[in-house]
Amino acid sequence: MTDAIKARDAKDVEQAVQWALAEGKTLELMGAGSKRAIGRPSQTDISLDLCGLSGISLYEPQELVLSAKAATPLAEIEALVASKGQQLAFEPMDCGPILGHSSGATLGGTLAANLSGPRRIKAGAARDHFLGFTAVSGRGESFKSGGRVVKNVTGYDLCKLMAGSWGTLAALTEVTIKILPAPETEETILLRGLAPERAVAAMTAAMASAADVSGAAHLPRGLTARIPVREIAGAADAVTALRLEGFAPSVAYRAHSLETLVKSFGESARAGPVVSRALWQAIRDAAPFASSGEGPQRPLWRISTVASRGAELAATVAKALDSEVLFDWSGGLLWLSVGGTDDAGAAVIGRAVAQIGGHATLMRASSGVRAAVAVFSAQDPVLGALTRRVKEGFDPKRVLNPGRMWAGV
Amino acid sequence: MSLSLPAPDASVLARRAQIVAALRAIVPGEGVIAGEREMRPYECDGLTAYRQLPMVVVLPDTAAQVSRVLKFCHEHGIKVVPRGAGTSLSGGALPLADGILLGMAKFNRIREIDFENRVAVVEPGVTNLAVTQAVEHAGFYYAPDPSSQIACTIGGNVAENSGGVHCLKYGLTTNNVLGCELVLIDGEIIRLGGKHLDAGGYDLLGVITGSEGLLGVVTEITVRILKKPERARAVLVGFASAENAGECVSKIIAAGIIPAGMEMMDRPAIHAVEQFVHAGYPLDVEALLIVEADGPQPEVDHLIGRISSIANSCAAVTCRISNSEEERLLFWAGRKAAFPAVGRISPDYYCMDGTIPRARLPQVLGRMRELSAEYGLGIANVFHAGDGNLHPLILYDANKPGELERAEKFGADILKLCVEVGGVLTGEHGVGVEKRDLMPVMFSEIDLAQQQRLKCAFDAKGLLNPGKVFPTLHRCAELGRMHVHAGRVPFPGIERF
Repeated sequence: MTDAIKARDAKDVEQAVQWALAEGKTLELMGAGSKRAIGRPSQTDISLDLCGLSGISLYEPQELVLSAKAATPLAEIEALVASKGQQLAFEPMDCGPILGHSSGATLGGTLAANLSGPRRIKAGAARDHFLGFTAVSGRGESFKSGGRVVKNVTGYDLCKLMAGSWGTLAALTEVTIKILPAPETEETILLRGLAPERAVAAMTAAMASAADVSGAAHLPRGLTARIPVREIAGAADAVTALRLEGFAPSVAYRAHSLETLVKSFGESARAGPVVSRALWQAIRDAAPFASSGEGPQRPLWRISTVASRGAELAATVAKALDSEVLFDWSGGLLWLSVGGTDDAGAAVIGRAVAQIGGHATLMRASSGVRAAVAVFSAQDPVLGALTRRVKEGFDPKRVLNPGRMWAGV
Repeated sequence: MSLSLPAPDASVLARRAQIVAALRAIVPGEGVIAGEREMRPYECDGLTAYRQLPMVVVLPDTAAQVSRVLKFCHEHGIKVVPRGAGTSLSGGALPLADGILLGMAKFNRIREIDFENRVAVVEPGVTNLAVTQAVEHAGFYYAPDPSSQIACTIGGNVAENSGGVHCLKYGLTTNNVLGCELVLIDGEIIRLGGKHLDAGGYDLLGVITGSEGLLGVVTEITVRILKKPERARAVLVGFASAENAGECVSKIIAAGIIPAGMEMMDRPAIHAVEQFVHAGYPLDVEALLIVEADGPQPEVDHLIGRISSIANSCAAVTCRISNSEEERLLFWAGRKAAFPAVGRISPDYYCMDGTIPRARLPQVLGRMRELSAEYGLGIANVFHAGDGNLHPLILYDANKPGELERAEKFGADILKLCVEVGGVLTGEHGVGVEKRDLMPVMFSEIDLAQQQRLKCAFDAKGLLNPGKVFPTLHRCAELGRMHVHAGRVPFPGIERF
């Protein structure tokens, strides 16, 4: 068991990093630990527990802005903004179901992982809502970037760099995000029995329409039964789902025009707000791949690819591997579980992704597998060298989460 | 001008003839411009107060040429200033006497339009508007719409992270770019992103966007295109005070409405515009708001109804709803002509670009009126009300001795005020040379050093666009140094377990 240091505030974080630098130690940055099992296994000497950095410091609903200490529980933030009819538009996922735990995420961890849910295709990613931060670099210095306003081009946009860096560059201590109004209502149009290629074609058509679709996902047969929503699970057939959100008169109008548009793909049905919400939460959390908590789970990949070619990518992988796939982002996001391989299918998936375009992250696997294969897509030598130089600029002694994304970074 | 740029390197200037010859070997024909008269058009960008002839102008038209030019500069320690259409309002493309001006205008092709994935792959010299024109036959458009969109290029938009009137709802350039091909200073070519969403590693595309040409040269860009909304309508509302207008904006957002555009003008701006465009703006109001809703017809009608009732609840003096496309465009014609309109009432004007938390607007406007009296210079304000981005236009006459300097000091005071109330120095025009020396108002030395360490990762020799963005240039070796205090006893009092 790794030792842990508990930080109470940003000053403690600075001190901890300075201490690690002086002692030649490495630190695992940890909020709630909800994504601790993602990435290459920790090779750190000691954990830096950031949970003490909690609390919302600013929320101005009419300015669409919220600031909080980095380890503020996401649930606390979501509850507060919901009370004002607002939301985090990028729809952050809960990794609990796939990783088999119930510790909720923190805001800082959510941003550091840049994991966005189904609404990504309309509203943007976590990184698009990340306005400013203060952090402690691997040099043991507090620094800030961005601000509390949406429109800001003052200096480099380091928020983007922090988003998706998995704590390898700096320890976020306080963050500011954009908050948006929650939709008044939602409905989901459901198509049944489509093969993945047809489903992607239907989603592509929907996305290219003026219907302003805010979620486009396809659950092949076999996966629908594992969606914990009776109306979906009961059908035992593939389901393609298209979500519409907004003001009631608009949703009603767009639902009608979307139904007309997708007629050529078969009969459609409508799911009202209650079913729709439950369904999209399940898709967001990749619920069909939820860990039951018993025995080893199949490895699970999250692959971002060219949307129109998502089905092709899945088919390529399926030729070589025993695999199951959930399509989100209109075919551009694949949740893909594989069985019966030693490398979690990394070689096959790596080749297919390289050929079609995109990147793959191994979201769930044993630590042995995560130590052996590329958990984040491998980089070509030039990009790899640039990545290492960026790391060097923020964390020259490789104190913070070293090796979590790639060896030596 | 008081601006100091890095001192020209005499040893580079002494080699000018060889450098020009070497560049001609890389970019043949008219692609290298060395004559003083021919280089004159490149001596400034949209910030015309600052002018400097470059050592030589190079206009490559392939990524391979860009790569070879940069590799040559890297090997020989020659500075490079990239330039798109030269519409920067912050001097981002101001040349250096001992530097190459790398013009990207020949990269003007649209390489691919992929309607299935709703993306366009374009070269950086394509104008912003040309992207929309290339896809509008199929009912699509490119959302970011800076007011210079007829002239400004996508490459420049990426460098500056340009916004526009519609970015409240549709985002800035950074939210609409998916990938790029980037040439590094050592000539290596990398690809970031693509037609898929989000970065696989560090989000370097996100860092490149808004980096003002200091990190690399973009040679191809993949942008997201959107289906054009079925319909748009606008409401034109006049208020007796900026407070009332500000309250109206807040209430619209509190009602869960994110308008496609929400623009405000103050009294001097309204008067200048109305004389110029005759858009039918009311002249007896202190603040004018244009609020636009777009989307399917039932949504637009629903929102316009709600917006006008909110406006009336905020003591609107006048409230007109556009009932035709012509009328909507007329509402906008005034706002879009605000800068030239102000140009008609004053020999010169200086356009500022700060962002403030919206609620502080009345306070900021009040303070600006006081400053206006102190400096003896008029001011007109246009304001992207939805996102707090303020464009004060300071009126001056460059022919009157000392007025330009006074206008610049006034401008600096306004930007400091923006930071003081919780805002930032620049919302969309960039830091460039213009706001470079104000950076310490917003950032500590540590903050700026950390930003420059990112620069070092891309350009350790500091050859790309030096003298922009950062007030003090540090050598990367110096920035990389670290003082570790060994033996310190850490965190007494911190719980360990």
